[in-house]
Amino acid sequence: MNPKPNTISAEIVNLSQTDTGFAGEVIRRSGVEINKCWHCQTCAGGCPFVRAMDYAPNRVIRMVQLGLRKEALESSGIWICVGCNTCSIQCPNCIDIPAVNDALRQMAIAEGVVIAEPNILNFHQAVLQSIQRHGRTHKLEVMMRYKLKKHDWFGDMAVGMKMFAKRKLEILPSKSKNIAEIKRLFDQKSTA
Amino acid sequence: MAEKNLIDLSYYPGCSLKTTSQENNASLIYLFEHLGYNLIELEDWNCCGSSSAHSVDTGLAFDLAGRNLSLAPLDRPLLVACPSCLLRLRSAYLHLEEDQGARRHYEKMWDKPFDTKLQIMHFFEFLDQIDLLSYSRDRIRRLEGLKFVPYYGCMLARPPIMRHEKNYFGLMEKILTNLGASTGKWSFSSRCCGTFLTVARPEVVEPMVNEIIQGAIDARADCIVTACAMCHMNLEVRCSLKEKVPILHFSEIISLALGIGKSEYKGWFSRHLVDPKPLLKALDLF
Repeated sequence: MNPKPNTISAEIVNLSQTDTGFAGEVIRRSGVEINKCWHCQTCAGGCPFVRAMDYAPNRVIRMVQLGLRKEALESSGIWICVGCNTCSIQCPNCIDIPAVNDALRQMAIAEGVVIAEPNILNFHQAVLQSIQRHGRTHKLEVMMRYKLKKHDWFGDMAVGMKMFAKRKLEILPSKSKNIAEIKRLFDQKSTA
Repeated sequence: MAEKNLIDLSYYPGCSLKTTSQENNASLIYLFEHLGYNLIELEDWNCCGSSSAHSVDTGLAFDLAGRNLSLAPLDRPLLVACPSCLLRLRSAYLHLEEDQGARRHYEKMWDKPFDTKLQIMHFFEFLDQIDLLSYSRDRIRRLEGLKFVPYYGCMLARPPIMRHEKNYFGLMEKILTNLGASTGKWSFSSRCCGTFLTVARPEVVEPMVNEIIQGAIDARADCIVTACAMCHMNLEVRCSLKEKVPILHFSEIISLALGIGKSEYKGWFSRHLVDPKPLLKALDLF
């Protein structure tokens, strides 16, 4: 997938239809003042994953500023972001862009919009289920759950077998003892 | 090394070092014992939340990190090996320092006061304070002839809340060249390895990893030295270039350089997907 250089800017965006409260909501949830953004695009230039995103990081910020709720929440960029912080360390205004993406992902889940990268959400949920069960991540189980939900047993098999052969995929998990306490953390939450 | 009085440190290995990267864990514990420290695994630690918890639930991410902080004994620093875990634990700690509401939540949740004096340290911080060559009995620069490139991954890039924290860019070059190795020019020392996209979007990660490895080949490096277990794994499993470059954990190569890995290295290197033994044997490191 390539960035979409023109899709929004080429059309005339009808700002009378936008959600004027959206930016405030994102600022409150993320604790990040997105209006410090100059749109200098340093983040977009530095992001190692920008080629896999539909909208570059600053474009998502612009969509939030303009109240383009659906476009921002349904963008793939918010899911492709791994939080490597290359953008935020290069940003002249110290904007915590990964924290903005955290907030947008959580809003996307809560509002039930179309998730642009369902496999990535599936992966995060598989990791959290593993933590909920063992207190720690069990990679073999994460992979099994991920593949079960994706209905894809054979993709990437060669890598899995190589890891298995080198004992890098343990059959048994490493566990925390006080699982009740871990479960309590999850019980107060809804998204896992 | 018998009868040495070891200094106790709390140690948070994290899920990667505890399972997939046991060779990183074993070599680190081994190295620190040689340096005079006893790494005591944090009792009943849990996953720091990794990339997944904060992606979908900020509160859960804070609580998972917070539980680990609450388990840390008061009288000694908490040593963290994984840059990603360090980021999660430090971020939670700084949030607790700043935010009274978060602190009240934490203290109610874990029924103990927030320890404002807890030191959370990456193992680089210890290595920066000592003359490693003096820990080699014969002071031989064993790494002579080895050309490496250092891979810090994204451990040097941090969120704004951590922008005033210490960083150790250049530490691997300083230490390893002091132990005899040489390094080359390359542009990838702080490029992200792709982290979890290796599972959900491998076709995105593969060309990125290939670019990193090709950079090492172009720099004529014999090996890449990594600071992070997850980077190590991604560089090994996602490279599809014909030419392979061994990837070594920093803790492994230092142990060998000090001449102390002889009895242990087999268990470490048998877990590498790219076998570093021919290279290391040619350099007479074991």
